[in-house]
Amino acid sequence: MDLDTLTGCLASSACLVTQTTSGFIIGMLLFLVAVGLTLIFGVLKVVNFSHGAFYMFGAYFAMTAYQLTGSFALAMLCGAAGTALLGLIFERVFMSRVYGRDVLMQVLVCYAFVLIFDDVVRMIWGPEFKSMGMPAAFQIPPLFIAGGVVPPYYLLLIAVALVAAIILGLGLARTRIGKVIRAAAHNPGMVSALGINTGLIYGGVFALGGMLAGLAGALAAPVRSLTPGMGFSVLIESFIVTVIGGMGSILGALIGALLIGMIRSFGSLGFPLFTEGLMYLFMVIVLVSRPTGLFGKEVA
Amino acid sequence: MTELQAEQASKVLDNSVTKSKPRPNRDALIALAVFVVLALLPMLTSSKFLLDFVIRCAAYGLFATSLNLLVGYTGLTSFGHGMFFGLGAYGFGLMMQKTGVAVPVAFVATLAITFVVALVIGAICVRLKEIYFAFVTLAFQMLIHSTILSWVSLTGGDQGLRGGIPRPPFLGIDLSNHLHLYIVSCALLVIGLFLMHQIAQSPFGYTLRMIRDNATRASFIGIDVWRAKLTIFVLAALFASTGGMIMALFVSGAYPEFAYWTISGEGIFINMLGGVTTFLGPMVGTALFLILNDTVTRVTEYHGIVLGIVILFFAIGLRKGLMDFVIEWYVQRRERSGERTS
Repeated sequence: MDLDTLTGCLASSACLVTQTTSGFIIGMLLFLVAVGLTLIFGVLKVVNFSHGAFYMFGAYFAMTAYQLTGSFALAMLCGAAGTALLGLIFERVFMSRVYGRDVLMQVLVCYAFVLIFDDVVRMIWGPEFKSMGMPAAFQIPPLFIAGGVVPPYYLLLIAVALVAAIILGLGLARTRIGKVIRAAAHNPGMVSALGINTGLIYGGVFALGGMLAGLAGALAAPVRSLTPGMGFSVLIESFIVTVIGGMGSILGALIGALLIGMIRSFGSLGFPLFTEGLMYLFMVIVLVSRPTGLFGKEVA
Repeated sequence: MTELQAEQASKVLDNSVTKSKPRPNRDALIALAVFVVLALLPMLTSSKFLLDFVIRCAAYGLFATSLNLLVGYTGLTSFGHGMFFGLGAYGFGLMMQKTGVAVPVAFVATLAITFVVALVIGAICVRLKEIYFAFVTLAFQMLIHSTILSWVSLTGGDQGLRGGIPRPPFLGIDLSNHLHLYIVSCALLVIGLFLMHQIAQSPFGYTLRMIRDNATRASFIGIDVWRAKLTIFVLAALFASTGGMIMALFVSGAYPEFAYWTISGEGIFINMLGGVTTFLGPMVGTALFLILNDTVTRVTEYHGIVLGIVILFFAIGLRKGLMDFVIEWYVQRRERSGERTS
């Protein structure tokens, strides 16, 4: 425990800004992964245990695209579109066979794919750590805000994630497709009786979830190292986020992700050995006091 | 086969089980006979490979069968059961390395630690609905794993417990002797299976089946569902921990992989492989899994792909375990012969 560092940091504005930014980065990446997880659960009623693999594929796709074309925008696009396609295929060919079956089967199918995807990445890109490197456009001096160092890339990352959150929130609340998705989550039988292809909705939602995770992976690629199995720790953290925020709630995912981001960022100062433990402790407190999560409606 | 048919098949099974009254004496005799056969095995063969295989079967088998008490009997899909396997291995290894107490003392003390940890985690988890339960148990598994990784001064971090586990002889048993280790592992396996079978066939075991089938009805007739679930969660953890201890003795150490989530995944897979509708299904699954794993790792370095495809074949293709097939075939045959005679 190192409480002096923590209080020292809280007292200085420079450290405060730096830690808050890094908390935002962790939180925003987590949000993109967790919101896909929560969306898939809300509509399809399955927990995608292989969601971390989409994050991993997003990062690897982006790295390859960047190395081939040298364009950062194209790399992001490749990461997101590639995983969306992967999500669609995965849902239509495999997951659609286990809807309504017991959790054991769903868990097993996802477990199988975690094993397969990790090995596929190992085959194509090799088992060693890879790094994409910061794109040239962002190799500019960092900004100084109140004495704290903020790399410009971090601002872009936060902005992209926030825009994604707003589009998603508005899209679900205001558009026709959003209404159909919400209706399908509520009563798929009725929706399909009204002549709407629910299979298409399911595939689309899974692709959307995969795309968001892939986007998170692509955004993370320049600042994190890439390795097979990198998705799993992100998956666990997004589980914690969805449990804290409440399954199926987008606002919950956002708040939960930011809370976890801040806990990780400031916790690593005060409790370097117990940072992960802090997240779990927080989750347990939320679960015990509100079993449905902060924003969950369903009874857990 | 549809879900409904599977349910009917399992009902037929349950009926045939209800007819035969619990007979602890007969079970004890069978257990004794199995133990004698296993104990005589080293006389027939000197193959170290085979004996090692049986020891690993004991470690994984206790773990997988205890998981079946949760998954198959109570309907609690735990995806973090492996944490108790790791806890047993680390608890026992550390106790022997740091304190130098006698083996039985360390064994009991590790069970006591597992009891307390399982009680705390179980109290938090068992009231959650099934998906949340799978989630949160998995999260706790990762908490234990990350604690092992980051607490380097105690656990050795990602290197694991190295330098071997000291095994001072006790009561004339020397666990550093391979044959003695083999006999003790067999004894633990047989005793563990016997106890778990007694639990499964007891009135409490039938309460668990009722909770699995209809928890609301169970609570209406006055069963404290939370307490029953917590009890079986803790009991299963104790047997998983015993499996972990056998593993620690076998490899003379403990490694973070023992507490990693893949162990839980393997446990679920083993149960699927053997089938969850019979008591011995997970044991069959364990043997199959170990053979499969050994073969695949020898043939290719990408064993994840091969294992994954096998899992998919069972989960999406067959939709049930091997023992389920055997039992179903047996029941069908008996029905057919019954029709012929009537």
